[in-house]
Amino acid sequence: MSTRTVEATLSTTGVDEQGNPIGIPLTVRSGDEEHMLINLGPQHPATHGVLRLVIELEGETVVRVIPHIGYLHSGFEKLGEYRHYNQIVPLTDRTDYLSPMANNVALALAAEKLMGIEITERCRVLRVIACEMSRIISHLVWLGTTGIDMGAYTPFLWLFQQRERIYDLQEAWTGARLTTSLTRVGGLLADVPDGWEEGLREFCRTFPKVLREVDTMFTRNAIWIGRNQGVGAIAAEEATNYSLSGPMLRASGVDYDVRKDRPYLGYETYDFDVPVGEHGDNYDRYLVRMEEMFQSTRIMEQALARLKPGPINVDNPRVILPPKSRAMSDMEAMIFHFKQVMEGVRAPVGEAYMGIENPKGELGYYFVSDGTAKPVRWRIRPPSFLNLASLPRLCEGVLLSDVIAINASVDIVMGEIDR
Amino acid sequence: MSISPSGSALQSRFGAAVTRVVESCGDTIAYVNRDRAHEILAWLRDDPGQHFNYLTDVTAVEYRDAERPLEVVYQLRSLDRKADLRVKIELAKREPLEVDSVCDLWKGANWLERETFDMFGVRFRGHPDLRRILMWETYSEGYPLRKDFPLRGHFSRAEQTRQALAGNPEAHYSLEELSIAEAFHELPADMRDRLEKGERGKVG
Repeated sequence: MSTRTVEATLSTTGVDEQGNPIGIPLTVRSGDEEHMLINLGPQHPATHGVLRLVIELEGETVVRVIPHIGYLHSGFEKLGEYRHYNQIVPLTDRTDYLSPMANNVALALAAEKLMGIEITERCRVLRVIACEMSRIISHLVWLGTTGIDMGAYTPFLWLFQQRERIYDLQEAWTGARLTTSLTRVGGLLADVPDGWEEGLREFCRTFPKVLREVDTMFTRNAIWIGRNQGVGAIAAEEATNYSLSGPMLRASGVDYDVRKDRPYLGYETYDFDVPVGEHGDNYDRYLVRMEEMFQSTRIMEQALARLKPGPINVDNPRVILPPKSRAMSDMEAMIFHFKQVMEGVRAPVGEAYMGIENPKGELGYYFVSDGTAKPVRWRIRPPSFLNLASLPRLCEGVLLSDVIAINASVDIVMGEIDR
Repeated sequence: MSISPSGSALQSRFGAAVTRVVESCGDTIAYVNRDRAHEILAWLRDDPGQHFNYLTDVTAVEYRDAERPLEVVYQLRSLDRKADLRVKIELAKREPLEVDSVCDLWKGANWLERETFDMFGVRFRGHPDLRRILMWETYSEGYPLRKDFPLRGHFSRAEQTRQALAGNPEAHYSLEELSIAEAFHELPADMRDRLEKGERGKVG
């Protein structure tokens, strides 16, 4: 039998002149063995985005997996070099679009580190709330879609109902569900509206109950355990060597959380636990993310308790836009308004790397400035890019159906991987 | 100035190979010589006093000033010491942009170096699989994050559209699968031809 490639077969229409399907085996000879090549994606519901995997199979066992990415490449890093620091915020919404508010916070923190700006206490607390809300919605999407990949549809609906409640809060705060653009350098787009805190308190009160129901559905479910336990395992040392981060790293038993180890936004003053796994397999990643949602609720409750009235923006007219009413009536405020809109916030010469614990892992923004209002370089350190890079390693020798489970457990978001 | 202890340790151990150590926004940056960079990075990883076992990021920076060298940037971290260090290699643009790959030290460098190659054209010697990663295999407009690359690309919008419409989908698929199959010679001649010359890439 002649060996064929994926390309050769894709180049045919798949039918002969009579309209009958052509059955060309996608095989490759490796010694005496004949291996099959499977092309998965880029458009496939189980790849969680436009990810393409080429899988070489021996029988049903995976010999190797080659991921192909870049289908969603938008050149965000290049675009950032042509924008003021505040104008970059909308771009961050669109990278990891499952946790836009956390990305906004990371960007503001990186720019503030570069400029040496100290933000207000209320802003700090609100940003913590934003980060933890993002963690919950991101993990909810992950758990719901992973459940679907394993054939469980019901928890997906429960979880998306809960996610919708956070989206409502997000919309009430920022005016948008997805493109939140919450932060500004030195502050926030807006304070939370009246009565909003009560809404979040209500969420914190009722959400753990639903989560426990989902826990009942999954944690001791025979199918869930069978599909996940011992699948896609990676040990601590190797996980570190692969630069994994977030739940992927912690599931392997490495106790590293940016919130604890390089605290920002005063995370060291909150009382919360960092769940750490033992086996580094899919199941431990599930347990870690599950527990993180409970812990996020705890953090939000504490943050709400310490949310005191006060300014959300720093008192610096070179950084923060004056109120519109003053810009329209006061000459000096108008000049500051004009300077900021036309020239943007200037950063000193220097560079800063700021990493925060995003739902997917460590999201880092690296700014290099030459003293102008636009960065020379804006680098995104994408957590799921590095987590996905370990997929070929995680899929060695597993069954084809496990590739779907492993890929789901990595929790990728292509907007961030391809940027 | 609060240079991290790793910075001074590097200078005393490697002398002139560490050209300078500076601090910016609280981060310590060590500039190292290209030819000894791999040795220095390996020492930083393995020395018990340093133990930078985690490679946070690899990227490159090109400045708007065309005279300034391009920098390859490694963000290192020691998980147990909770310390960070940024190591930079300066590459003069007149010389070939080449550094040694650190894939043998940190597996996580694999895709990061591929991306740096894809976006800046920096070649990593000894990388197991140095291919473009975000752009497609036959992309030939250049390296998008270089400063001489215009925001809209080198080709005109009309030319980009023409190529997109004229392109064959197979040309998007990388030669990697072909090497798996080792069946390149068995492809139809016209397709082999297209893949070889990179239809979407080289124009005219």
